[in-house]
Amino acid sequence: MAAAARLVLRTASGAKVLRAGLGWLGAPIRVPHAAAHFTFHPDPVPTRHGPTQKMNLFQSITSALDNTLSSDPTAVIFGEDVAFGGVFRCTVGLRDKYGKDRVFNTPLCEQGIVGFGIGVAVAGATAIAEIQFADYIFPAFDQIVNEAAKYRYRSGNMFDCGNLTIRAPWGCVGHGSLYHSQSPEAFFAHCPGIKVVIPRSPVQAKGLLLSCIADKNPCIFFEPKILYRAAVEQVPTEPYLIPLSQAEVLQEGSDVTLVAWGTQVHVMKEVAAMAQEKLGVSCEVIDLQTILPWDTETVCKSVVKTGRLLISHEAPVTGGFAAEISSTVQEECFLNLEAPIARVCGYDTPFPHIFEPFYIPDKWKCFDAVKRMINY
Amino acid sequence: MAALMRFGKLCRIKIRVIGQSSSFKGSPTCLLRRTFSIYGRLSQQTFDSPSDKPQFPGASAEFVDQLEFIQPNVISGIPVYRVMDRKGQIINPSEDPKLSKETVLKFYQKMTLLNTMDRILYESQRQGRISFYMTNYGEEGTHVGSAAALEPSDLVFGQYREAGVLMYRGFPLDLFMAQCYANADDLGKGRQMPVHYGSKELNFVTISSPLATQIPQAAGAAYAMKTLNSNRAVICYFGEGAASEGDAHAGFNFSATLECPIIFFCRNNGYAISTPTNEQYRGDGIAARGPGYGMMSIRVDGNDVFAVYNATREARRRAVAENQPFLIEAMTYRIGHHSTSDDSSAYRSVDEVNYWDKQDHPISRLRHYMTARGWWAEDEERSWRKQSRQLVMEAFEKAERRLKPRPEWLFTDVYDENPTGLQKQQEALQRHLEQYKEHYPLDLYDK
Repeated sequence: MAAAARLVLRTASGAKVLRAGLGWLGAPIRVPHAAAHFTFHPDPVPTRHGPTQKMNLFQSITSALDNTLSSDPTAVIFGEDVAFGGVFRCTVGLRDKYGKDRVFNTPLCEQGIVGFGIGVAVAGATAIAEIQFADYIFPAFDQIVNEAAKYRYRSGNMFDCGNLTIRAPWGCVGHGSLYHSQSPEAFFAHCPGIKVVIPRSPVQAKGLLLSCIADKNPCIFFEPKILYRAAVEQVPTEPYLIPLSQAEVLQEGSDVTLVAWGTQVHVMKEVAAMAQEKLGVSCEVIDLQTILPWDTETVCKSVVKTGRLLISHEAPVTGGFAAEISSTVQEECFLNLEAPIARVCGYDTPFPHIFEPFYIPDKWKCFDAVKRMINY
Repeated sequence: MAALMRFGKLCRIKIRVIGQSSSFKGSPTCLLRRTFSIYGRLSQQTFDSPSDKPQFPGASAEFVDQLEFIQPNVISGIPVYRVMDRKGQIINPSEDPKLSKETVLKFYQKMTLLNTMDRILYESQRQGRISFYMTNYGEEGTHVGSAAALEPSDLVFGQYREAGVLMYRGFPLDLFMAQCYANADDLGKGRQMPVHYGSKELNFVTISSPLATQIPQAAGAAYAMKTLNSNRAVICYFGEGAASEGDAHAGFNFSATLECPIIFFCRNNGYAISTPTNEQYRGDGIAARGPGYGMMSIRVDGNDVFAVYNATREARRRAVAENQPFLIEAMTYRIGHHSTSDDSSAYRSVDEVNYWDKQDHPISRLRHYMTARGWWAEDEERSWRKQSRQLVMEAFEKAERRLKPRPEWLFTDVYDENPTGLQKQQEALQRHLEQYKEHYPLDLYDK
């Protein structure tokens, strides 16, 4: 079967065609599990953080965790299957290097993983909890929202669980369906007391994850799983921090502001290129990075300049985080707006399996929204 | 050990002991690593063994060829360990912890001071002076007996009915009152409802309302203490109702698999608000669940302060020495209502409550023990009652007069530093108050 897997071609429509080197299985078929709906654009090689090494996203996570376990003797990593390296290989080699007391499996229980993690943090050690898929974070919702987020406030700052970081694979992956594709950041955006962070690339992931671990507040770090292998960059091997709650302007523009996070940032980069080429429209692309607390200043400053805002995310549009951005921007920049704020998001359905190519907010939907805003 | 073997016979489970754990009293050897294993995990056979034993990775057991279900035995379940009878007389002298007069008097005074504070604060809620209160009537023995058995550095995670633990550790009446009145002296800065105490100095983690959430947290804290080599234990209190929550299952399982030095202390007081135990569980209480997790377990008479003390002390010693969790189910009775929002006559008889108040109360049982030794008599009782009431009233009046915390504290400690967005909200409230100040009770609050 492994041999067959290599014989995959891609058609223009993005569908995969299996080559019939398989003989008895019959003629080649097209399958709609999309070839990626984006192209990963690596950032320029960082120069300020010392020597770099080629790493994909999961390797950049491993590097961050390795740096942490090395420099912080209290740090522990735990969750389901992290001991052998994790289902996405983010913790490969760490147990051998740092010992079974520091990198260990827990029973299959998300409420336990997060509750346990809170306790580790309260006792003064650095806790890095892994939830196997963001789709399974909900049993831990009570521990996150009612406990972790409120620990410092309710105790008058006598106790806190700032040493806790929760990591979870996030977002669509082509075939993940309802329970391996979710982007639940909006549920947590509504929860004062925690931070929610989503990187777009390996360099960003390592720096943001290290910032979350260093941050004195409980943080949730969502890792775009479709980028684990697909995103490859030169990543500094030494630790470095990328500040939280600071959105990044990836390219400047004058006509439309495009805001996204995670995988969708790469879609937006392509939309910006298409808009320039086909419409002569100059787009400013912003990677929000931190969902909570979010950088209202950078986004508003950009909209004041451009007058048009498009926000895009895979999560369903109703109550999605684009709604919060849209609401704040219209409050702050009402008179600067040339067109209604556009949200290009997932539909209000569970994340479908076979219908993923139609569900996701792809570059064509975003491009069309830009076109409509320009012509408003 | 003997209890466990008896338990095994009751449930028809074969319990094999691999290695010897230290016995209860005074054994000098303590194990650094746990070798005792209920299911004999360590004796799994190699795959090429010729004998016809089960090879499953999930359990080590014999084959059996008779179809027979294990009958859960709740009629004669796990026995209740006690040291004193209901009249405060020692039953087995070798189990008497023989605590000093000073210590026993301290037990008594802390339990009665708590009782006095409860009466006064319950009344103050009824008079509208505080918003809410929960009493500890009948459970004082579980608090004081267990608190006395711990080291001051041991970390306590509570549910909400453990004020006696804090009192035993020395939390002043002023601070109890400050929290209940949510005044400017409250260590918690007035953010929570009454009885949600916390004290960093006394290693008592601040109480939160959601039940059982503290259980997996306590397991995590214990794990951290183990890796930090701190020689500290964690004790985690919860009621028999909270033990039904998923978090309880999570906490027990994690503590056993991850070998945490923790004592789980269940106050089984018969009711979860109005829900009696026969609607809370069908098994043999909470203690019977322990072995299911591979956890050392015991049931004790929670109204016998010495039984609670002995069990907690030994559990603490072994939890730290052997890095394993212990489950103590302290049987007791909730004499008071669930809270000031509850009237328990709606679901239980006054006769039932009176029985426990008059015939089996931790405070009177200890008093009998003390008077039998000539350590306490009517005179002391009278003067202590007067003194303790005076102490409570002084703290009470002081707390009433104190202003509430300054309103800026509404906005602080959400994060370690106030984010920009929240600062803007704070400024907006300030501007609003300047304009509409007469509609807000600002005179009650600190500036």
